[in-house]
Amino acid sequence: MDAKKYNAYVEQITPKHSCAMNTWKAFVCGGLICTAGQGLTDLFLYTGMDQAMASAYTTLCLIAASVILTGFNLVVPIVKVAGAGYLVPITGFANSVAACAIEYKQEGYVFGVGCKIFNIAGPVILYGIVTSSFFGALYFILMEIHIV
Amino acid sequence: MKKMGRATMVFDHPPLILDSASIVGPKEGEGPLGKYFDQVWEDPMLGKKTWEEAESELQTKAAQAVLEKAGIPSAKIDYLFAGDLLGQIIATSFGLASFHRPIFGLYGACSTMGEALILSAMCLDGGFASKVLAVTSSHFASAERQFRFPLEYGNQRPLSATWTVTGSGAFIVSRAGSLAKDKGGSVSGVKWENGCPRITMATPGKIVDMGVKDSMNMGACMAPAACDTIETHFRDTHTKPEDYDAVITGDLGYVGHEILVELMGKKGYDMGKVHLDCGIEIFDKDRQDTHSGGSGCGCSAVVLSAMILPRLMDGTWEKVLFVPTGALLSSISFNEGKSVPGIAHAVVLEQGQMRKGAAVFHL
Repeated sequence: MDAKKYNAYVEQITPKHSCAMNTWKAFVCGGLICTAGQGLTDLFLYTGMDQAMASAYTTLCLIAASVILTGFNLVVPIVKVAGAGYLVPITGFANSVAACAIEYKQEGYVFGVGCKIFNIAGPVILYGIVTSSFFGALYFILMEIHIV
Repeated sequence: MKKMGRATMVFDHPPLILDSASIVGPKEGEGPLGKYFDQVWEDPMLGKKTWEEAESELQTKAAQAVLEKAGIPSAKIDYLFAGDLLGQIIATSFGLASFHRPIFGLYGACSTMGEALILSAMCLDGGFASKVLAVTSSHFASAERQFRFPLEYGNQRPLSATWTVTGSGAFIVSRAGSLAKDKGGSVSGVKWENGCPRITMATPGKIVDMGVKDSMNMGACMAPAACDTIETHFRDTHTKPEDYDAVITGDLGYVGHEILVELMGKKGYDMGKVHLDCGIEIFDKDRQDTHSGGSGCGCSAVVLSAMILPRLMDGTWEKVLFVPTGALLSSISFNEGKSVPGIAHAVVLEQGQMRKGAAVFHL
């Protein structure tokens, strides 16, 4: 059997998660997290905050909750069910940073936590900044030539 | 000539596995083989501060345990053959330094137990030692950290993924007659030796790369290598699967098991009835959520100690082919887009002399 045929055979016999089922679970769980977020926003608005402030506090609350769950190692079982439903909102980002902080603490605060805390979140930050700079520049040019 | 066919070694004086010890973590302790391990640690840290220290401690404890069980002081061990999965095999370096014995550090990924047994047997049959110690280990947490993600990071494991075994196995391999000599030729020494499983042949494996790039499907990466080594062994020794009570691979898991049976079937060998896999034996996949099975060089080591050797000693099995399998990758080779080649080393283990009816053992 050559490599190509073998890989095709492996692809065919390897068991896989059901994509439809995973998508459905992610939709429900992600929806629940976002509903909770909306609930928090409404609560903060009710206390008299303006929209920007309420949004900021909501984000903070979700991050704090995710970091605390990470500390108790509860994110792994949640993500097993929720998948991208947990990972796509800010909760996933918080988990990836907190998990690295815990994992690499053993290697010291400089070379461990300091160097490796963004091991997983790093690419998101880097390419997030690169993309925003690009579109920021584009927006600026379009404004200058009065298209927007 | 001690070599047979293309790659198989035949030992003139088959070395004995005098005794063994297995130390595992809590999850392995809850598995189907739980009650057969020598020590089950409820604390996966083993009282240490880091996962790497914990894995070293597994090796230290396993080596100590086997020496204690056998009543052999470490000074009587001529050489150590040991390895693990961590970069630069640090679990071995830090775990076995305190024994102050000459050591060969080995790396064959999860096939290291096979490599250690083969080199031990060669060293003993060649007359360079009378007793050696073979040790390997793996730890779920240190392996996750090295090859995958931080433990608390949430991600979904594919169904083909295996679960690295937290455990270490240690084996005293001895030249036939050396223990009896230690004990002044006493009847108990002779009897003990006669009951020990022997390493009669070995077929070291070559690196087989079928271009599989999915490091989360290691069964598929390693199965072609296992197939190659087992087929080479059968050809070299003119044997077939039926000549063995079991052909036991290291950590192919459910996916690799299916592929191996299929690949061997195409070559005309029916493995369906004799093939077992240490990775499948060690966990209950439905209850323990381990997907394709266990893996790591501690996996084949602890299963050898807790299941295979006892079955050879109580007469359940007469002759087995033990084939630890390894996936040769690092996180760097994986990131650089390399495939995951496999390797497998086969060792023939046979029942002791006593079981064969040869009551008198010549010293």
